[in-house]
Amino acid sequence: MIKRVVDFFGDEGHARSRRRLFYLMLVLVVVADLLVAREHAEYLWDRLPGWSAAYGFGSCVLLIFVSKFLGHQGGLMRREDYYD
Amino acid sequence: MIDFVHPALLFILGAVPIPFLKGSIRKAYLVLVPALAIVAVLTMEPGNHGAGQFIGQEILFAKVDKLSIVFATVFTIMALIGTIYALHLPTAGQHVAAFVYVGGALGVVFAGDYLTLYLFWEGMALASAYLVFAQGGEQAIRAAFRYLMVHVTGGVVLLGGIVLHGLAAGSLLFGPIAGTMGIGGYLILAGFLLNAAVPPLNAWLTDAYPEATVTGAVFMSAFTTKTAVYVLARAFPGTELLVWLGTVMALYGVIYAVLENDCRRLLAYHIVSQVGYMVAGIGIGTEMAVNGAASHAFAHILYKALLFMGAGAVIEVTGRRKLTELGGLYKTMPLTVALYMIGAFAISAFPFFSGFVTKSMVIAAAGQDHRALVVLALTMASSGTFLHTGLKLPYYMFFGTDRKLEGREPPRNMLVAMAIAAVFCIVIGVFPGPLYALLPHPVAFEPYTDAHVTESLALLMFTALGFVLFLKALDPENTVSIDTDWFYRKGAQAFLWFAEKPLARYEKAVSNVSDSVALPLLHGTARAGLRVDLNGVDAAVNGLARAILVGGGALRRLQTGVVTHYALAMIAGVIAAVAVFAVVWQ
Repeated sequence: MIKRVVDFFGDEGHARSRRRLFYLMLVLVVVADLLVAREHAEYLWDRLPGWSAAYGFGSCVLLIFVSKFLGHQGGLMRREDYYD
Repeated sequence: MIDFVHPALLFILGAVPIPFLKGSIRKAYLVLVPALAIVAVLTMEPGNHGAGQFIGQEILFAKVDKLSIVFATVFTIMALIGTIYALHLPTAGQHVAAFVYVGGALGVVFAGDYLTLYLFWEGMALASAYLVFAQGGEQAIRAAFRYLMVHVTGGVVLLGGIVLHGLAAGSLLFGPIAGTMGIGGYLILAGFLLNAAVPPLNAWLTDAYPEATVTGAVFMSAFTTKTAVYVLARAFPGTELLVWLGTVMALYGVIYAVLENDCRRLLAYHIVSQVGYMVAGIGIGTEMAVNGAASHAFAHILYKALLFMGAGAVIEVTGRRKLTELGGLYKTMPLTVALYMIGAFAISAFPFFSGFVTKSMVIAAAGQDHRALVVLALTMASSGTFLHTGLKLPYYMFFGTDRKLEGREPPRNMLVAMAIAAVFCIVIGVFPGPLYALLPHPVAFEPYTDAHVTESLALLMFTALGFVLFLKALDPENTVSIDTDWFYRKGAQAFLWFAEKPLARYEKAVSNVSDSVALPLLHGTARAGLRVDLNGVDAAVNGLARAILVGGGALRRLQTGVVTHYALAMIAGVIAAVAVFAVVWQ
């Protein structure tokens, strides 16, 4: 059973159904987040519909590119023999 | 009936017979000791044990309260898991070191005074360093030396702080010192922050952990930083500085994780990130925040160990550790993949996994304390956590490009240890009640609200979308990242260069000068001195001796032996004295 689940995420043959499942989940999660009742919104952004989804995506992209910028342009990444 | 068995002693004294046991007896013994320690912790009652005096100071060997019990519980469970994971090791050395290390951590957790704390603190540093040395090879041994040097330095700072604080406060009993912060207090704080791997004092962790043995790194991921979290929670709750250090730390680890190519170093940067939540929680200092920090430490130890065990299994089987050299292992290691992913979901705080019920408590406490910026930063770090440990690392390690590696599942004891940790990750997530009941303060926090579940899922799933869209940008690169260890690694290189080049050249120049100029000069001077000595000084001495001889002869002629001559001389002397007196004292 475990092997079949793992294979589903690895095998190239399941790529299409994997993608469909993923997009379906994205839609479901956003819809659920819009429908859910909020007792109180503590901050301004809590009232924005779909805030969590946008913040998650934004954070992810920001982290990738800021880090890579620091690594390449900021000089944090060095050749492996840097300390030798 | 003994009402208190110190679990630290169980481990430290229990380590002694290990080298003398063989085969399955040793295996049974190794599992028995942590199992007994779990029982000892579960049955212990709050109170003080082993109070006494030492060099005129109050000593409290063990102080048991709810905070120490939370940490001791997870430490002993972790010791059992780590020991099972290492059960296949043929030599005794690492088992002994791991037991002493765990014993040290438990000693710190129960320490009622600073001297006891310091003793166990140093014991931990030495024992854990062995787990890096044991890996062997130049790279590991160098890293182990750096690790030891940093911790010895940190230990000296801590000891200095303890002495100054003890003099100022008049007591070495271990308790909150936020109110009376002097230099001593700050030095103690610095010593604690070093072990918690708070930037810029973090580099020892990410430098040494990936160089440790496969089984040693699992122990290391659990004990040093979380012991530091415990002592911070005990001594510095509500220290504003910690809120900001913790928040920066959470993002710092995540940013470095993007750049990392070594699988265990990536996980090590996530220790830095996760400990950030705990440090921030302690800094906020409300009951809910301290509860959050303690429970997050509990959950973190188990899922982080699970992640280290998963990466360790890959290293054990393939002998490779770089993401650029791994990939396609899911076909041959499906169980490892599944168990690793449970740890990944737990650290990412997916609903029904342990991180969900603990991490959110820290963030909620920050919200309750009206710290919007902290909430946003910690939420962003959550996104980064899933991005790396839940997506990037498994993708490049198990899926991604098939490198045609010869994979197989690791030894059964490793899988069993991973499975135990995985069960904890899920059970804590589904039934948080027992963990909440262990926490130092009463818990009034409900993690499973509709809004919290959907918000968390939205955050995580759209992080995954970002990962899918920008996968190419995340491809690992064959590099090392410069962290604050640059200062002492390059600093040491500069020092050695200085010793070898300018200093050695100066030394050579000096010896050249002495060979070519100074020595002839000295020889010449010596020769001149000899001449002066022979002709001048000796002649003068001889002349003086002759003069004394002649003078002596003349004086001898003055001595007549006639009393009247002496009397006459005395009268002349008295007259002369009276004359002088009369003239001078007028």
